[in-house]
Amino acid sequence: MSDKLRIGFIPLADATALLVAVDKGFTSAEGLDVELVREVSWSNVRDKLNIGLFDAAHLIAPVAIASTLGLGHIKVPIVAPFGLGLNGNAITVSPALHASIVAAADGDIADPMVSARALARVVAERKAKGREPLTFGMTFPFSTHNYHLRFWMAAGGVDPDEDVRLVVLPPPYMVESLANRHVDAFCVGAPWNSVAVDLGIGVILHFVSDILARAVEKVLAVRASWAQEHPDVLRRLVHAHGRAVAFVEDQANRAEVTALLAAPNRIGASADVIGRTLDGRMKVTPDGAVRVSDRYLMVGRKAAGRPDPVQAAWLYAQMVRWGQAPLSADLLSAAKAVFRPDLYDAALPGEAALPAGEPADGIGAFTGPAFDPDDIEGHLAAWKIRR
Amino acid sequence: MDPTLKIVIVDKNPVRAAILEDGLREAGYAHVVRIDETSHLLARIYAIDPDVIVIDLEEPSRDVLEQMFQVSRAVRRPIAMFVDQSDTASIEAAVDAGVSAYIVGGLRKERIKSILDLCISRFNAFARLQDELERTKSALEDRKVIDRAKGILMKAKNISEEAAYALLRKTAMNENKKIAEVAQSVITASELLK
Repeated sequence: MSDKLRIGFIPLADATALLVAVDKGFTSAEGLDVELVREVSWSNVRDKLNIGLFDAAHLIAPVAIASTLGLGHIKVPIVAPFGLGLNGNAITVSPALHASIVAAADGDIADPMVSARALARVVAERKAKGREPLTFGMTFPFSTHNYHLRFWMAAGGVDPDEDVRLVVLPPPYMVESLANRHVDAFCVGAPWNSVAVDLGIGVILHFVSDILARAVEKVLAVRASWAQEHPDVLRRLVHAHGRAVAFVEDQANRAEVTALLAAPNRIGASADVIGRTLDGRMKVTPDGAVRVSDRYLMVGRKAAGRPDPVQAAWLYAQMVRWGQAPLSADLLSAAKAVFRPDLYDAALPGEAALPAGEPADGIGAFTGPAFDPDDIEGHLAAWKIRR
Repeated sequence: MDPTLKIVIVDKNPVRAAILEDGLREAGYAHVVRIDETSHLLARIYAIDPDVIVIDLEEPSRDVLEQMFQVSRAVRRPIAMFVDQSDTASIEAAVDAGVSAYIVGGLRKERIKSILDLCISRFNAFARLQDELERTKSALEDRKVIDRAKGILMKAKNISEEAAYALLRKTAMNENKKIAEVAQSVITASELLK
């Protein structure tokens, strides 16, 4: 007899590990009968996971932490035994804003410090002329996209709460909002940046890997109580994910993987766009300039699947920096405990925590001191702009 | 019941939104506003300045409302989820029905418990209605298929309508299938043999 599981997901490229684990039969090989439920909002995924309608979910990492700490919503402890990939977000700007940033830059805007300082000049000029502040779209208050945008622009001297508007937009509405000029830029995951570029209405300014070399994105999330009650089911679920990412990262399987993900009841984007995302071969401007990066979306390589509590600490630090959470040793350790490398290792032994060649602090931010997960105060002290 | 409460319904399904609005008005709430277009959702909500927001869970813009939890210059009044830690039964019933509600400002939740209950029951009633409609539709489709199959059998075997129907029913029973399924096979077969 197999164990029945309901798992929620949002149609995004970073659900790849989960979707392949189920659709390629890695979960059924573990005796798990998984029903995938496609959802429309992170609020729904969170609520359905919290109240037990879902056994597990493809969840944006900061929501797992916020839910555990009881920030913004009811408190339900969540654990993440598997990381559904690193990086994969990008900052896309309208062609008009791109031109303004290029004009204001004193160097190569591929350097995020140059682009952030140029943005600060554009913002100051708009203010001087009495124009409306720029509007940036992101996906959720407790989202990597929110923190990535803030980290980047604040480094250049832009206060994300005072100088620009940050608004929440559901990913499927991002592109339309950029086309209608409701927003001037957005930070979102794949495939939405590529969709904007293909429509000729957006330019990819940065991959988030330019800002942080290793940035956790989505996690496989389960309730802490469920993990305790179902250790064996969880171990098999994680094992299936490990097999899935090995399958995804094998270039020989690319066509099969993209075809599976492109299905209308899965991600529902074109196989071509999904292929470009997984290959890290991205069209970044409407006129067809291509940028290749092996750090764009890392589904399983470079230990992307192994949850790293340092990442949880970094996200918690951003919550504190921007006034979403108070700073306390208890909250920090609760946040770190959401990421469970021990549960990963129990199912997939032998993975190195941090492969050779990766940034020593596990984050690799483009600016500021190395991140110390035990010294959030030190991290915060490095920044002038904070709440 | 507090008839002065201003309630916003965010639902792109016009029929369900109307059912909900009617229900709230019948219950005595005079200030009910429907939003069916979600661009600039926050600006619209701030302009209306509601006490309670009710939103369809199929609406991706639910995440936009979550932004109102955040301390921000743009928000004039704090907002809270209807449910709290002690009220998981309510959240389960609401999520099950496909609806969620948010309180704006410092309203005590007892004062709007009846609003959420009403939303849940109307959402459930709408789902039942839709189910019935689907069933009626498919029953109608079945009848059309069966009528066509009967006609084919009557002509091919030169039998009466009653005999044709009896034949379909007997075959369905023997094969453990629905009459409509057998009828569909008859139609398919006759088209193949044309």
